[in-house]
Amino acid sequence: MLRDITLGQYYQTESILHRLDPRTKILASFFYMLSLFLFTNVYVYVLALAMLLLMIELSHVPFKFIIRGMKAIVVLLIITAVFNLFLTKGTTFVSFWKFTITEEGLRNAGFMSLRLIFLILGSSIMTLTTSPNQLTDGLERVFGFLKIFKVPVHELAMMMSIALRFIPILVDETDKIMKAQLARCADFESKNIFKKAKSFIPVLVPLFVSAFRRAGDLAMAMEARCYQGGQGRTKMKPLKYKGRDILTYLVFVLYLAGIFVCGILLPKLLPIY
Amino acid sequence: MSVKDCILIADHLTYVYGSGTERVVKAVDDVSFMIHPGEMIGLIGHTGSGKSTLIQHLNGLLAPSEGSVYYHGKDIHDNGFDRKTFRSKVGLVFQYPEHQLFEETVHKDVMFGPKNMGLSAKEADLRAYEALKMVGLEDEYFYQSPFDLSGGQKRKVAIAGVLAMRPEVLILDEPTAGLDPKGRDEILGLVKSFKEKQNMSIILVSHSMEDVAEYVDRIMVMDNGKLVYDDVPEKVFAQYKHLEEMGLRAPEMTYITDELRKQVFPSLPVVTTLQEAKEAILGTFLLDSGVSL
Repeated sequence: MLRDITLGQYYQTESILHRLDPRTKILASFFYMLSLFLFTNVYVYVLALAMLLLMIELSHVPFKFIIRGMKAIVVLLIITAVFNLFLTKGTTFVSFWKFTITEEGLRNAGFMSLRLIFLILGSSIMTLTTSPNQLTDGLERVFGFLKIFKVPVHELAMMMSIALRFIPILVDETDKIMKAQLARCADFESKNIFKKAKSFIPVLVPLFVSAFRRAGDLAMAMEARCYQGGQGRTKMKPLKYKGRDILTYLVFVLYLAGIFVCGILLPKLLPIY
Repeated sequence: MSVKDCILIADHLTYVYGSGTERVVKAVDDVSFMIHPGEMIGLIGHTGSGKSTLIQHLNGLLAPSEGSVYYHGKDIHDNGFDRKTFRSKVGLVFQYPEHQLFEETVHKDVMFGPKNMGLSAKEADLRAYEALKMVGLEDEYFYQSPFDLSGGQKRKVAIAGVLAMRPEVLILDEPTAGLDPKGRDEILGLVKSFKEKQNMSIILVSHSMEDVAEYVDRIMVMDNGKLVYDDVPEKVFAQYKHLEEMGLRAPEMTYITDELRKQVFPSLPVVTTLQEAKEAILGTFLLDSGVSL
């Protein structure tokens, strides 16, 4: 019943992007996103697209699978495009009834949509090639500097990885409880919204009870192994930068340099949009 | 017994997990059998042999990929078949059923099923009371929170929750999992009493032969989604070598009498329970020594 839901974006396969250090991927994605906001012209976007295609090719994740992530933002995309298209002031491009489309509006709508698409695709390449555990590991290190400001970085990362770990378990549990209540003639398909909401009480109560039971058990097990937070804790697989990570950083430095060239120099030499 | 008077028929059931993907698993593979009134059946198989998937077909929670299930001669997946009422007739008690409890009091929780069937509050109340009596829960617990009970008591309440719908067939998936020996005997004894008092048909799902041997009059053995044996316990346990290959074991008594047969009494029959073993050994012993009773 609920098993069809794919939670977590990770796509397991073999590729250089999968093997990269999560920190590299997090920072690279950050720089990539940054690059999209620095300049707005055709050259920059062509370069960004080239980079994106290169990463998609390297990730070995089927293109279909990557595109699937776009479904969630289709509505947002349309709204953004429509608002930019009709509400930007400037020289009139076409005009009908009460609506006016300006040249600037057209340009804004186009770039905004592209920016959104690149943003989502760029970040989904990171989540598709990084397992949730690696991701939390990476985040913990990347944001490690916040410890100076007394932010409990390790604890937050631990909470995140536990939450991720428990999603499939709770999905399974929900499935089981729903079936058990169905066997007692429960009806989850009522058209009436209030009745429908009420019909989920027999699922939610046992689900919460079991979530608390599991949380208690886990806390006990962690206590029994003397877990006491991040202080002085070592790792079984510590994150270590390899040659390929340095290479990636170099590629991204070059990419950012390229963005600046495309953003500042090229428009002066060959001015279009 | 004939096809006519049987309650449920499983006709060439096949269930495939993950069809259309790379990993296709046949959890149930061409399984057919009949269930008659008042029968007590043990469904046995190793973990992952497909027994839990199979029983979910019997009350319509899962629809078979191929094949059909008939209830009193009607296909349960036909359009217009009232599956909700049907589910009250084939009661399914899942593994660790105590995890489904949710109401404020034991009594209210047991009323959940009857109420869903559309019965009046009074009738539901009556049935809940009757079901709680049937599982032998002491009156003092009826109006307590189910979450305050012990594990064994919770399980009884959960079973009562299904019994309150007055099913014709009661299916219990590993009803003794996680219970101590005393709780185990208590639950199995209860189940047997349902059969005797209400003429309910019962399917007991288990991976333990010992559990089942003493109580059932027919055993179905599943392996890899296929129904391998469907016979009286003695005949199934006589195949204990094959059972071992499937990761199962015959009851201890079968092994003991088997050794005795090899070494002392060649004429000893296959037995499954302690009581039977006692009678068989005594009988053969007396016969061999020429004493007649």
